[in-house]
Amino acid sequence: MRSGTIDRREFLAFLASAAAVAGTRDAVAATPDAYSHHEIRPAANLGSLEKVYTFFSPAEAEFIEAAVARLIPNDELGPGALEADVPYYIDRLLTTEYGSGARFYNLGPFGATTAFQGYQSPLTPPEVYRIGIAATNNYCQQKYEKRFAQLDAAAQDGVLNGLQAVSLEDVPGATFFGQLLGDAKDGFFSDPAYGGNRDMIGWRLVGYPGVPANYSTRIGKNEPYNATPVGIRALQQARVPLDEHGHPIHRQAAAGEIPRTTAPPAPPKPADVAHDARPQATFFM
Amino acid sequence: MAMKLKPVDVVTIGVGWAGSILGKELAQAGLTVVGLERGGDRAQADFALPQMHDQLKYEKQLELFEPTSKFTLTFRNNSREEARPMRRHGPFPWGEGVGGAGFHWAGWTWRHTPWDFKIRTATIERYGATAIPEECTIQDWPITYAELEPSYDKFEYTCGISGSAGNVRGAIKAGGNPFEGPRQREFPNPPLTRSYGETLYAKACQDLGYHTFPTPSAQMSRPYTNPDGVTMGACLYCGFCMNYACEVSAKATPQTAVLPAAFKTGKYEVRTFANVTRINVRDGRAVSVTYVDRQGREIEQPAEIVLLTAFTWSNAQLLLLSGIGKPYDPVTGTGVVGKNYAWHAGVPYVLMHFDTDVHMNPFMGAGALCTSIADLASDNFDHTDLGFIGGAIIQAMAMGWGPLGFQPTPAGTPAWGSAWKKAVAYYYGRSVQLVGLHDHLSYRGNYLSLDPAYRDSWGNPLLRLTYDFHPNEKKLSEFLVKAGEKIARAMGASSFGSYGLGDHFDAGVPYGIIHQVGGAMTGSNPSNSVVNKYLQSWDVSNLFVVGASAFPQIPVFNPTGTVGALAYWTADAIKNRYLKKPGPLV
Repeated sequence: MRSGTIDRREFLAFLASAAAVAGTRDAVAATPDAYSHHEIRPAANLGSLEKVYTFFSPAEAEFIEAAVARLIPNDELGPGALEADVPYYIDRLLTTEYGSGARFYNLGPFGATTAFQGYQSPLTPPEVYRIGIAATNNYCQQKYEKRFAQLDAAAQDGVLNGLQAVSLEDVPGATFFGQLLGDAKDGFFSDPAYGGNRDMIGWRLVGYPGVPANYSTRIGKNEPYNATPVGIRALQQARVPLDEHGHPIHRQAAAGEIPRTTAPPAPPKPADVAHDARPQATFFM
Repeated sequence: MAMKLKPVDVVTIGVGWAGSILGKELAQAGLTVVGLERGGDRAQADFALPQMHDQLKYEKQLELFEPTSKFTLTFRNNSREEARPMRRHGPFPWGEGVGGAGFHWAGWTWRHTPWDFKIRTATIERYGATAIPEECTIQDWPITYAELEPSYDKFEYTCGISGSAGNVRGAIKAGGNPFEGPRQREFPNPPLTRSYGETLYAKACQDLGYHTFPTPSAQMSRPYTNPDGVTMGACLYCGFCMNYACEVSAKATPQTAVLPAAFKTGKYEVRTFANVTRINVRDGRAVSVTYVDRQGREIEQPAEIVLLTAFTWSNAQLLLLSGIGKPYDPVTGTGVVGKNYAWHAGVPYVLMHFDTDVHMNPFMGAGALCTSIADLASDNFDHTDLGFIGGAIIQAMAMGWGPLGFQPTPAGTPAWGSAWKKAVAYYYGRSVQLVGLHDHLSYRGNYLSLDPAYRDSWGNPLLRLTYDFHPNEKKLSEFLVKAGEKIARAMGASSFGSYGLGDHFDAGVPYGIIHQVGGAMTGSNPSNSVVNKYLQSWDVSNLFVVGASAFPQIPVFNPTGTVGALAYWTADAIKNRYLKKPGPLV
């Protein structure tokens, strides 16, 4: 848990309510604690970076926890970004070479730009977070006399939606929101070695088996794969059987372990065919 | 004062496909060759399991690509604007280290068709001079397909390409691409096993009357030993392919297919972290190159032959920095260095979704595991009254996607919240992508030059890109989007989103395709090109500039197959002609 618990009681109450919601669910998705997976060990045995903030201040951590819980919520499909430890993933990311922006070109001059020249601010991702969180909380104080984390879910969604159109001191709201959303999704779906995707919550949601096996006898078949996902840590710690190449031999998941949604979500309106110039997925060739 | 080293016979600037193939060929011919590579080594041992199967590191944080902090382009849409640097890998990243783009690549290994080499002449012959768009500067290659065919064959057999021939010495073969140029023999390896999405695609295309065939792939469909005795393993369809190293050497790269044979000669050496900053020319001859090593020391390496085999941009940047060739001036249309830049911008694609109990298993795949049609490519269909020239290879892809990079949601789905989560959970295993790499013509206003304001981490001016989209490509893209939608409907997709070229090139958009060409194009004379048909500099006869920089425009094909062929073509020209009589070959 984070320290300096200004809202510790509220936070614990939230966790209790989240657990209660999870407890009412049936086999659609097991609760994290119910996963009978070989990779789960008692927290005391996990790495020293487990669940500790080294970048975010308590107030910042409070914001991030509240925000990612709205971006990828805990809902009837199962746990979301908060339960997957995404806030800790982002905290660690911002102290890495990549996450701190050290690999990005950051020399001047910084001048007027057109709408087509990409990111042109000298601010690094950690600075974008610091400025964005403070400005968003200031806005919430002015409008609601509460911090973002104290708002109800609908008001939080309203603030997050509104971020995309506002300017937060030196940071466009869309830049801050885009960074936060992208990092939240990355933390939800990246290998648990990076601190998020706890218990492989993200991978189980979509049926992704994690570190790959040899698929040469499975490719092309229209049949479920349904394996218990494995992460890098389990392989490094020799807790997974390997084939002759060093790939994991995936274990068939137990019934209900990997939920597969069978009813399509309601189609978006108004049209299900859109002409949009912007790609949604990347494939660098 | 630079430290001066002992002369060698040959120096290559960059060790990607072009540098490694030329290095191998010339070392095998007995020359001493030094490859200078500004990135680090990328040995197989650096990519051990399980850490290598890390999507965050390789797909999101782009571990195999050069950080923009070291080098980037500045960009503007037209020459009236002030260019700004691409501070992040916006539209495209670029490879770094030994192997270059040949290391991170997906392995789509095409040949240009005979038409691509004479695009201008053939277009005017069939549709008249008015079919060439305004401001368009496309030009014929000085090389024909037939001349280059043996070099394509060498590259494909070096790499163990998996595929199915469509035209062997003029005989059209079922199951292959009937529109390809004649090849002298079958592919060295049979095609990979199709994914389920491709099976649906192939059936729909056949119902529509199109000719389907497997995309030629640099993933081995079976264990393979190439003509140099280098052995590669069979693909396991693990899906960690493009942007990754292959732990069973089933993807052909300079490391897995070429360099072992080069090192075996005892005549070949690679120096890493050696960034060449100048080609030193005296009395019309390249006498040496100057590079900066990892310690920041300046070192001069004299050589008899200098091969500029870096990435497209670095080839242009080094020519401009070294004052070799006349820089292109878009106002007067004179000069050649930097001219005819093009790339596979904003390729149209269709992302389709199935509301049925299908299992696409998108995490299985291989970088070039795709099924293609060429019926709408190049000039394979009648363009009369269409208002554009060119076309696309349309393919269904199974490259292997984890959920970190592939979160397929129907168009209009919110970007976050429960609705997004539900859509990703449902559609991750029920979506298929079609993509259509298409012709991009070259234009007077699209070019490369040195930036006056920004510098790279070695203190040299950044390369400046001036570039925007043109009506021909926009019309072509719209045409292809409609064709893709027709196929998606025939496949029985419940819904699909289709995406084409926007109004303007936007450096903030991750378009996803790299494929950069031009800037040092080949041509028939010094006034229309930087290099002659052997990719030899018109100005400095012991300098050859080899790579996609030589393309006068980009066809529907991924460039690597032709880059590899050009490397063999130039190697043969040096061995069989230049060494016998050094000097201009044309």
